[in-house]
Amino acid sequence: MASAAPVAEPQQWQPPAGPAILFEDVSIGFEGKPVLDRISFKLEQGDTRILLGPAGVGKSVLLKLANGLLKPDSGRITVFGEEVSAMREQELFRLRHHIGMVFQEGALFDSLTVRDNVGYQLMEEHVPDEEIDERVKEALRVVELEHTMEKVPSELSGGMRRRVAIARAVVSNPALVLYDSPTGGLDPITSTTIIELVVKQRDVFRRSSLMITHRLQDAFVMAMNRYNEKENRMELLPEGTVDDRTSFLMLNEGKLVFDGSTHDLVHSDDPFISRYIR
Amino acid sequence: MPFPTLDRAAKKIVSAVQQYALLSGRSLANLFRKPFYGADIIVQADRIGIGSLPIVILTGFFTGGVLALNSASTLANFGAAAITGELVSLSMIKELGPVLTSLMVSGRNASGMASELGSMMVTEQIDAMRALGTDPLKKLVMPRIVSTIFMMFFLTIISDAVGTLGGAFVSVVLLGQDGSQYFHTAYQSLVFADILQGLVKPIFFGFIIATIGCFYGMTTRGGTQGVGRSTTQAVVVSSVLIIVVDFIISKFMISVFGR
Ligand SMILES: Nc1ncnc2c1ncn2[C@@H]1O[C@H](COP(=O)(O)OP(=O)(O)O)[C@@H](O)[C@H]1O
Ligand SMILES: [Mg+2]
Repeated sequence: MASAAPVAEPQQWQPPAGPAILFEDVSIGFEGKPVLDRISFKLEQGDTRILLGPAGVGKSVLLKLANGLLKPDSGRITVFGEEVSAMREQELFRLRHHIGMVFQEGALFDSLTVRDNVGYQLMEEHVPDEEIDERVKEALRVVELEHTMEKVPSELSGGMRRRVAIARAVVSNPALVLYDSPTGGLDPITSTTIIELVVKQRDVFRRSSLMITHRLQDAFVMAMNRYNEKENRMELLPEGTVDDRTSFLMLNEGKLVFDGSTHDLVHSDDPFISRYIR
Repeated sequence: MPFPTLDRAAKKIVSAVQQYALLSGRSLANLFRKPFYGADIIVQADRIGIGSLPIVILTGFFTGGVLALNSASTLANFGAAAITGELVSLSMIKELGPVLTSLMVSGRNASGMASELGSMMVTEQIDAMRALGTDPLKKLVMPRIVSTIFMMFFLTIISDAVGTLGGAFVSVVLLGQDGSQYFHTAYQSLVFADILQGLVKPIFFGFIIATIGCFYGMTTRGGTQGVGRSTTQAVVVSSVLIIVVDFIISKFMISVFGR
C-alpha cells in the first residue's frame, strides 16, 4: 500500500542539533493560582515523551507553553534551540511551521471542509491549489480518510475528527508533534486506531513528539509496539522489550513527579505513581 | 471586607481596559502588514452591511416618521409647523441616524462577533489557528473592524435619508403638509458642521461595535456558558459606550463649530 510514503514537502527542514524541547524551571499560574511549579525536562530529537497526570493538573497548559501559545511567568523554554518563552508572536509563527499540534477535541475549523482544514496552513502560504489537493490527499491517506475531503467536521464522528486533526498537524511535515489527549472521549477500539497513527508518526516519519494521555492503556500500547511499514499495521515488540525512545513524564499538584523510562515507571515505589498506574 | 473586593474589581477593570487597548491597537497595526485579508473583509462587509440593511431601513423610516408626528404637533402650538422638515432632518442626521443605526448594528453584529469568536475560543479553534501560523488578530479581528467602520458609514447615510423620507411621508400623507416645503426646510437648514458631525459619529461607533464585540469574543472563557456571557456583555457594553461617546463627540463638535 502506498500509504507509508512520507507526505511530500519541497524541502525537508533540518532542525539544528540539540534537544527538540527543553524546559528549565518553568512556572505559570492563572489569576494568582499557581498551575505549574518549576518544571524542567527535556525531549530529545526523535524521542516520544508521554505526559501523564490527573485532570486539571496543567498538562494542556504545559503543551501550549511548548509552542508559545502561552507564556510562562518564569523560566526558559527552548524548542529546536530557539527560546519560545522570549519570542514575539510574529517570530513564533515561523517556528510553529515545524511544530504540529493536535488539540484535545480536535479544534477543527467548523466552517471549513476537511480539505480546507487540512490544507489551511498551505492555503495561508498561497501554495498552488493542485499542490494543496495533492498534499491534503496524501495526509488524509495516512489517516485513512481520503474519502472525506468535501465533508465538514460536523458530519464526522469523534474518532474521524481526531484523525483529521492529526492529518492537519502533519501536513506540513513538522519535526515535532504535540498531541493533547488524542484519544480522550473515544471508545477503546477507536482509541487504538488513533494510537496506531501516533506510533506510525513516531516510527515511520521519525517525528519527535510529546503526547498527553490520561489513559495509561494507550501509554503502554505506545511503549510496547512498533509500526510495521510493510504490513501497514502496528505490531507488538518482542516479549520483554519496550520502545527505548518512548519515555514518561508525570505531573501532580503542579510538580513533575516522574521523569524516566517505562521500566522505571512500572517499578517505581512512589506511592502516588504506583497508585496511578495500578 | 468591601475594600479588598473593590480593589480587586478595580484591578480587573484596569487590566481589561489595557487588554482591550492592546487588541484594538495590534489589530489596526495589522492593516498595514502582509498578508492582507481582502476576501475576509468583503465577507464581513457583506454580513454586516447587507445583512443589517433591512433593520436599518425600517428603524430609520419609523424614527423619521415619529419625529415628524411629535414635532409637528408641538411646532403647531407656536405656529411653526412649516419647519417640521428642518427638525426631522437635523435630528436624524446629527443624532438619531448614527445612534440608532449603531445600536441596531451593535445588537446584531457585536453579539454575532462575540459569540462567533467566543465559540472558536472555547473550542480551541483560535489556538489552533495560531498553532498553524496565522494571526487571529489579522485574520479575524482586523477584517471585522475595517468592514464595520466602512459599513456603518454608509448604513448611517441610508438611515438619514430614509428617516427624512419617513418624516416626509408622515408630514405629507398624514398631516397634510406641503411636500416641497418640507424638503426645502430639511435641506436649507443643514450646514457643514451638521453633516460632519453626522458622518464622524458612525466611524467611532463602528470602531466601538467591532472592537468590543471582538474583545469579548477573544477573551471568552468557560465553555458554552462563557460564550453566552460574552455575547450579552458585548451588546451591553458597546451600546452604553456608543451613547456616552455620542455625548462626548456632540459636546466637542458644539464647542468647535458652535452648533
Ligand atoms: N487560559 C487560561 N486562563 C485561566 N486559567 C487557565 C487557562 N488555561 C488553563 N487554566 C487553568 O489551569 C489549570 C490546568 O488546566 P489544564 O492544563 O487544561 O489541565 P489538564 O491537565 O486537564 O489538561 C486548570 O485549573 C485551568 O482552569
Ligand atoms: Mg487538558
